[in-house]
This record gives sequence, structure tokens and C-alpha cells, in this order.
Amino acid sequence: MGSNLMTNYFEATAVICFGIGFTMLFLNKNLIKKVIGFNFMDSSIFLFLASNGYISGRISPIITNSSVSSENYINPIPAGLVLTGIVVSVSVTAFLLALTTRLYLRYHTLELDEMIRLSNAEET
Amino acid sequence: MALVQNFPFAAIMLYLAGGVTCCVLKPKASKWVCLVLNMLVTGLMFSVLLFTVHTGESYVYWMGHFPAPWGNEIRIGPLEALMGTAFPLVMTLTLLGGMEHIFEDVEPEKVNLYFTVVSLLMVSMLALVFTNDLFTAYVFVEINTIASCALVMLKYKSGRALVATTRYLIMSLLGSGLFLLGIIILYSITGHLLMQPMSARIQELFASGEYAFPLTVTIGLFSVGMALKSALWPFSAWLPDAHSSATAASSGILSGLVIKSYIVLLIKIFYRVLGSEEILSSGVTDVLFLFGVGAMVFGSFYALKEKDIKRLLAYSSVAQVGYIYAGIGLGTKAGMIAACVQILVHAATKPMLFCTSAGFMSVSGGSRRFEDLRGAGRRDPLSGIAFTVGALSMIGIPLFAGFVTKLWLTRALLSRLGWKLWIGIAALVLSTVLNALYYIPTVSLLFGRRNDHRFDDTKPQKDYSYLIAIVCFIVLNFLLGTCSEPVTGIIETGLSVLS
Repeated sequence: MGSNLMTNYFEATAVICFGIGFTMLFLNKNLIKKVIGFNFMDSSIFLFLASNGYISGRISPIITNSSVSSENYINPIPAGLVLTGIVVSVSVTAFLLALTTRLYLRYHTLELDEMIRLSNAEET
Repeated sequence: MALVQNFPFAAIMLYLAGGVTCCVLKPKASKWVCLVLNMLVTGLMFSVLLFTVHTGESYVYWMGHFPAPWGNEIRIGPLEALMGTAFPLVMTLTLLGGMEHIFEDVEPEKVNLYFTVVSLLMVSMLALVFTNDLFTAYVFVEINTIASCALVMLKYKSGRALVATTRYLIMSLLGSGLFLLGIIILYSITGHLLMQPMSARIQELFASGEYAFPLTVTIGLFSVGMALKSALWPFSAWLPDAHSSATAASSGILSGLVIKSYIVLLIKIFYRVLGSEEILSSGVTDVLFLFGVGAMVFGSFYALKEKDIKRLLAYSSVAQVGYIYAGIGLGTKAGMIAACVQILVHAATKPMLFCTSAGFMSVSGGSRRFEDLRGAGRRDPLSGIAFTVGALSMIGIPLFAGFVTKLWLTRALLSRLGWKLWIGIAALVLSTVLNALYYIPTVSLLFGRRNDHRFDDTKPQKDYSYLIAIVCFIVLNFLLGTCSEPVTGIIETGLSVLS
């Protein structure tokens, strides 16, 4: 199981980074740090994808005057997936940051626990 | 290709167009656009349902008419058509039932945005039900996340709703992150994203024993990701706040539809991508079963202690989601049918309960606490009757919808000997008793007499849309409870053509 770690070092790094981002998004109390964690998590998946699409010694699939044989080019589909993923991750980040701004203006804190306490106190 | 076969794709595009239109219209106009659109799509999807039940087969629709490796596909069979009909129908009724409160709770100049969000939510839910491509599924999972969080936070001037939205969004993002990692690992192993070729490759891999560990990991990633998003206990801590702090229609939509759309997607992935035998051998179903059973008991247990009607209903949702996962976790066809029936039953009941809770609140000075709600069923008899019907259905009294779930779940449990039988039966009995223990006192409290005369002069809302919605919900409950054979028949054929 562990023997492939060195040959697949891109994937291994990506999954470790995913774990770091996931833990940060899950456990950190600060909302801005949670946003950073989320971006770290998604970027690690993009690294995973991008490294999958690359085939060493080949060029990007833009046809100039050279041959059209697929042997010369890397796989472009993962790059397309990364682009889609980036769009999704940007919009979610924007939404999360907008929420954070609203909450900061209301409660003057970035700690989630503090916000929960304040909002519960507000209600009763 | 028959004209009917174009309707599912047309429904998605109609909602997209409707959503864009709503954001430039005035609130009243956008309300009508959204309602008419929902009714239209219910009609369209009903004709698709009749078509698929008539042929008894599923079909694949190429978007843009490009064949498999280049184009994107959606796939519609009896099960997808049934869910695709139920979702817009319940959406229409929930919007009608909560309409008055939408106009009260949402900031006046942003009401049209509420209907934009609802339309986009329907786009993503229908796409999740119909999709035949895993990466498309991921994109629509994220759209669903954003739209459902927006539904919670659109409540005007409520700090609590904002905090609940943030927690909901964070938990949802964790879930979709795990789901995306699962998709990417599967893609790097198989080289496909469409469900059919991917599934063929996975069967080969299972037969040869290659990549056994990564495959098990992906099954786990999909299950945990979707369980996080559909609030399976113990991942359900965010649900009571998010569902109770939103306006009534949003609560109904989130509880009744949004969490179901993820479960439908999970069932589709289990059947169409991974293959049911492989799932069984991985042991993930056992874990899902235990969590589902835990949710059935603990969700009801937390609801027992609640003194706030909307949080009580939200905890009841946690328990009801547990029934769905217990059915899936049994790993048999009967269990899966029970899960699908429960998806429909809960979608027909919980939005009604949330709409009535708003009715009670408006005759109790806007309070959700039990001490203010005493006697609310007398002041607003229509809501009182509807709440009683919903409560009886959730407890599982015969003639009401909830009974059908319990019947099918018991049937599925009895056909499986071993530890699952005993744990399942014990949890089912315990959960039913606990359901009765918190719903019946609530009903008697709602019809009780008040000692003071604080709310004597409050009149219930005179609103025909509310009346129509509640009557339709009650009829739907009786129909599901008394003539469930056609529905279970459709689910059965739907599941058999799914793989």
C-alpha cells in the first residue's frame, strides 16, 4: 500500500493538503481562517486533477501546423474540470465572505462560537 | 424520440429562464411566474412519469445531441420521473402555504430574489435527480448548497438566521469537498465521468481485485459526503438551527426536498456507478444502517426535550432521515423501496407541518414557544387539523402516509435475519413510541384551553392560497396512506431498471 507513495507523490501531497484544509474548515473557530481552509481544500483537489492530466514530454492540445495525432498532446479534460471547479469554489468563497462581512458588522467578532452565543442571547 | 422525452431537460431550462426573469420583475409578478412555472413543470413531469411507467424502461437524453464520450447526458426512468414529479408538486404547495409569511419575513424589495433562489434550487434538484454524469452532479450539488443557504439567510433582520446559514454552509462545504474527492479518485482510476462506462470499468476492477482499497475509500467518501449534506445523525448538528430560523416556506422546502435530493443522488450512485453487490461487500451499508437507526432514536429523543415548535419539527426531520438511511442500510431491495417511500412520505408531510407552525405563530403573537402556543389550534382550526393529520402520519397511524413507510420498513427488516433484524425492530418500536410521546402532547397543547386571554382577539389568516395548500397536503397524505400500491409499484420498477 505504501510502496506507491513515492511514485504518486502529487496525489499523496494533494490528499494530505486536502486533509489540512478539511480540518481547518471543520475545526477552526475563526471564519476567515475557515475560508482559507476551504480554499486550501479545493486547491488541493485541483492539484490532484491537474497532475492527473499531465503526461510528461507532451504539449498542450493546441493544434498549430503540427500533426493532429493525440499521441503528442496531454489530456485536456482534467484542465476543463479544474476550471469548472475554480468557478464553483470562487462563487462559494464569495458567498462565505459576504456572510462573514454581514456577521462582522453585526456582532463585531469573527469567532463563530461567540456569534452563536450573541445571536442566542439576542433572541431571548 | 417522442416529444415527452424532451420534457425533463425542458423543465430544467424553464426553471433557469424563470429564475433569471424573476430577478428583474416586481415581487408580485415574480411570485406568479414562480408558481405558474412550478405547476407547469409538475404537469410536464407527470406526463413523463406516465410515459416511463407505460414503457417500463429508462431512456438517456443527449444534451445538444452529441453522443456519449463528448456530450453530456441525463437519464430518466420511472424512479427519476416519480421524484421529478413529486419535487415541483411539493414545492408548489409549500410556496402556496407559506406565501403570506414569505412577504412578511423577507426584506420587501428582495422578495423577487426569493423566487429567483427557489427557481435555481429547483434547477439543481431536478438536475441531481436526472444527471447521468458525476461531475455535473458535483456542480449541481454546489448550486444546491448555495441556493438552500440563501433561502435560510433571506429572512429579514435575523442574526440567528445568518449564524445558522454560516454553520449550514460550512457543513455543506465539508460534505461536497469529500464528494468531489471521491469523484476525482474514481475518475483517476477509471478514466470516465459518465455513469455507464464508469460502472462497467468498476465491475472489471472489482472482478480483478485491482484498486480494492481506493474503491472502498470512494464508497466511504460518497456516503459520508452525502450523509453530511442530508443531516444523517451524528452529522446533523447544523439542521435544527438552519431549518428552524428560516421562514416557514424555506423550512418546509429544506426539510421536505433539499435533503432528499442528495439522498436520491446517493441511491443513484450506489446503483448506477458502484453496483449494489460491491456496496454490500464493503460494509458501508452496515455503518449507514447503524447511523440511521441512531438517528431514528436520538432525533426523536432530542425532539422530546424541545419547547419550540419549529425546532421540534426540525429534530423530527433528523429522525425521519434516519428511517431513509436505515432502509438504504439494510442493503436489500425491500429496504431500498422503504427508503424511497419514506422520501415521498416525508416530503408530503413535513412541509405541511412547517406551514401550519407558521399559522400557529401568527395567532400567538409571533412566538414559537409552547407556553404562547397553548390553544393555538382552537384559534386557527384549519392549521390545528392539518397539524394533527401530520402528527398522526409521522407517528405511523394507519390510513396516514407515515404508516406505509413503517409497513415497508418492517417488511424489509423481517426478510433479513441476523443482527439487523433485532436492532432495526427495536429502534422502530422505540422511535414510534418516542414520536407519539412528543407529537401527542403537542397536539393536546395546541387544542388546550388558555388560562389568560392574551390572544383571544387574534384572528387566523384569511388566505385562500394557504387553505388550498393545506387541503391538498391533507389529501396527499391520505392518498399516500391508503393507495400506496401504485407508488410502490413505480418505485419497484424504477429501482430494477436503475442499474
